Amino acid sequence: MTLAPTRRTLLGGAALLVASPALLRAQTRTLNLYSSRHYDTDEALYSDFTKQTGITINRVEAGEDPLLARMQSEGANSPADVLITVDAGRIERASSLGLLQPFASEALASRIPANLRDPDGHWFGFSTRARVIFVAKDKVPEGAIRSYEDLADPKWKGKVLTRSSTNVYSQSMTGAMLAALGPEKTEEWARGIVANLARPPRGGDTDQLRAAAAGEGDIAVSNTYYFGRLTVSNRPEDRAVVEKLRIVFPNQGDRGTHVNISAAGIARHAKNLDSARAFLEYLATPSAQRYFAFGNHEYPVVAGVEPPPHVAAWGTFKVDPLNARVFARNNAEALKIMDRAGWK
Amino acid sequence: MTDTALSAPITARMRPATSAGRRALLAGAMAVAALVSVPILAVATSVLQRGEGALTHLLQTVLGEIVLNTLGLMVMVGAGTALIGVGTAWLVTLCRFPGSRQLEWMLLLPLAMPAYIIGYAYTDALAFAGPVQGSLRALFGWSRADYWFPDIHNLPGVSLMLTLVLYPYVYILARAAFLDQSTCVLEAARTLGANPWAACLRVGLPMARPAIAAGVALALMEALADFGTVQYFGVTTFTTTIYRTWFGLGDRVAASQLATGLLAFVLVLVVMEFLARRGRRFGGGGRRHRTLAPLQLSRPKAAAAFLACALPVLLGFVLPVIALIRLHGDGGDPFFSERFLTFARNSFLLAGGAALIVVTAATLVAYAGRLAPGAATTAALRVASIGYAVPGTVIAVGILAALGAADHGLDAWTRATFGQGTGLLLSGTAIALLYAYLVRFLAVATGPVESGLHKIPGSLDAAARTLGASAGKVAVAIHAPLLRRSLLTAALLVFVDVLKELPATIIVRPFNFDTLAIRVYNLAADERLAQASTGALVIVAIGIVPVILLTRMIARDTRRGGRPD
Repeated sequence: MTLAPTRRTLLGGAALLVASPALLRAQTRTLNLYSSRHYDTDEALYSDFTKQTGITINRVEAGEDPLLARMQSEGANSPADVLITVDAGRIERASSLGLLQPFASEALASRIPANLRDPDGHWFGFSTRARVIFVAKDKVPEGAIRSYEDLADPKWKGKVLTRSSTNVYSQSMTGAMLAALGPEKTEEWARGIVANLARPPRGGDTDQLRAAAAGEGDIAVSNTYYFGRLTVSNRPEDRAVVEKLRIVFPNQGDRGTHVNISAAGIARHAKNLDSARAFLEYLATPSAQRYFAFGNHEYPVVAGVEPPPHVAAWGTFKVDPLNARVFARNNAEALKIMDRAGWK
Repeated sequence: MTDTALSAPITARMRPATSAGRRALLAGAMAVAALVSVPILAVATSVLQRGEGALTHLLQTVLGEIVLNTLGLMVMVGAGTALIGVGTAWLVTLCRFPGSRQLEWMLLLPLAMPAYIIGYAYTDALAFAGPVQGSLRALFGWSRADYWFPDIHNLPGVSLMLTLVLYPYVYILARAAFLDQSTCVLEAARTLGANPWAACLRVGLPMARPAIAAGVALALMEALADFGTVQYFGVTTFTTTIYRTWFGLGDRVAASQLATGLLAFVLVLVVMEFLARRGRRFGGGGRRHRTLAPLQLSRPKAAAAFLACALPVLLGFVLPVIALIRLHGDGGDPFFSERFLTFARNSFLLAGGAALIVVTAATLVAYAGRLAPGAATTAALRVASIGYAVPGTVIAVGILAALGAADHGLDAWTRATFGQGTGLLLSGTAIALLYAYLVRFLAVATGPVESGLHKIPGSLDAAARTLGASAGKVAVAIHAPLLRRSLLTAALLVFVDVLKELPATIIVRPFNFDTLAIRVYNLAADERLAQASTGALVIVAIGIVPVILLTRMIARDTRRGGRPD
């Protein structure tokens, strides 16, 4: 096959691609993965799985919502065996759209804490990331901010940095607030945050961290792993950001810090059911947990597996025991509240 | 100069020789239009469905702002791209000043720069902790409160970013139009007492109008459909709201209804241009006998012209590339190895294949418009072009739905007939991807092909036909050579667009299939800009290849045409 992009080679290639899943099925055991994780470090995990089980993994990685749309339009013929998302809200949506099937696994039920999996077994959380507050060490005294509620305190006017409400992490955090405070208090809280913003929400979590370090605001909301990445970055300006900030795990005195999950579930129409089950159970083994969590500076979910050292150095904290399904189902309502509050 | 004078040489409307040929052509064009319209209609039919109430919520909260922002974006990007594109095209085509030959192709370079990448590059370079502000502080001993620095994260800022990478659409079409213009008309204007600038404003520009309009329309559609850049800059537009409604509120129907609203914006544009053009014809003003001797500029004017043409290249290409190289130096892509060759090969093959298919389809459709004009053809042409303005992910989902429906239909039929289903034949294959590109980028190719065809006077066809040539013979012997430049332009635009395309590629693609754009996106979405810079640089490098090829080919054509130096 030459590299010249003629129509014939392309069509020939396309015909091969059409035929290949059938050929592969006949020869080796495979697993077809639809994943919205796209961390390079996951490759080590996949090849370790293949080495241990002889099952080869085929992947399509894309945004969660398009992946759900693809599974929907592929219907009963969908080749997907397992779906992985980086947020509870989307895996729960997949489940409510009927795209997942339950998996009653003793191993998973015993290893994964109950609040990090679907009570009906449609999905399981395999790593957690905490949504926490970072403050500028030289501007905000220790103990001045202790909770998500404090972000709305008028004394921080012009100091708070957060990303857009379009982002799913903002939605899940507000969804958790909604579960704790109810709709009216949550809207009041969202308005308080909007009034305190140092600038209109833009950029990602890392941008909020950089802006807090640069003095554009003093208080940034971010997931933990973005901070973890800056900690191990080889850019001096990234490590300077880390030097300037202090991590605050909110609500240690009451319900605990909001954590989100990276989760996986078995597709409703999975053709390689055995492979899919083997893969999910593999993800809860200590070695897989280390790959899964370490690669992205996250927290493992299985007891006895330690987080990476620089993550462990932030200290232990109390986790909000709210089941991920609850705040996941609150997402749409949370977004409406943020819209009304003017949180862009 | 009046419109009648411009349209004097063309009058006769062509009738093809055989009605069979005409029918075949029309059928082919209709098939292309139908194929392309299915996903768009899948989106548009949502207007008839009931959403989950998200639309009411949006009306009450954010709709006013997003309409204003979207209009503002269109006005600024439209004006910006028209000004830069037409101005620079006129200067490098019809004036001579130091560097004008080099700038002629360099002005195309920003085309290879994906919009969200230029956004990231400028954000990183202009950030408080970035090199620009850092050097300023070091140089003058300032600290944070001592100085004001412009913030680019607002509507004018994002419009500037989009203008910088989209003006080449206008430039490339306007330049081709200027190159094709007959000297006679311009010289006639000069003999009638117009100075060169007046000749440009009153004759050259109006004659190039279809090309300019096509270019600005492409730029506007791309700006409307942009998600990555406006989202990153914190500007809420129709497109960002569509994403929020669908993903955040989970209301796909309301999201599609908004997307249909977005289409209305585009339709208004298309109709306005159509009405403004109605009753006028834009022939090339006769055969190009020879090119107009370029205007030698005096020294101060030459300096001004040089600056005017160099600035867009500097801002839209050179500076962002330097910023990317700096990022790459800080920690490039860990996969920058043989894996990259696979990404690059996939990108290149897809872009090349798509360019071929899309330009062929566009030519078919444009020809039907010329040889079998009528309401049906016009409507088909317009519907087929609209896919470009629909946000990528929305159209991608329409494509998934269309492919899924085709696959299920076939599967059910074979199951019923032969007792054995076919499963998914199209979904998740390279064919599906090429189909997606046809839907997304047909407009990009029809623009140049149509405006190229428009410029070929009907009198040429008539003369050939009187001499006994068939419609097919006319196409091959007369149109093809005259259209060569337009076809190449169309192919270049599609190639570069596919190279940068993300939302459809990422979701329609087969298993284990990565392209450069996907690689860059995965890293950038993960806020790993330094690592993403490597892939971005490679995209830019590959994008330059066809730019240079095209420029050389045009230069050769021009020399053959006896253009005086």
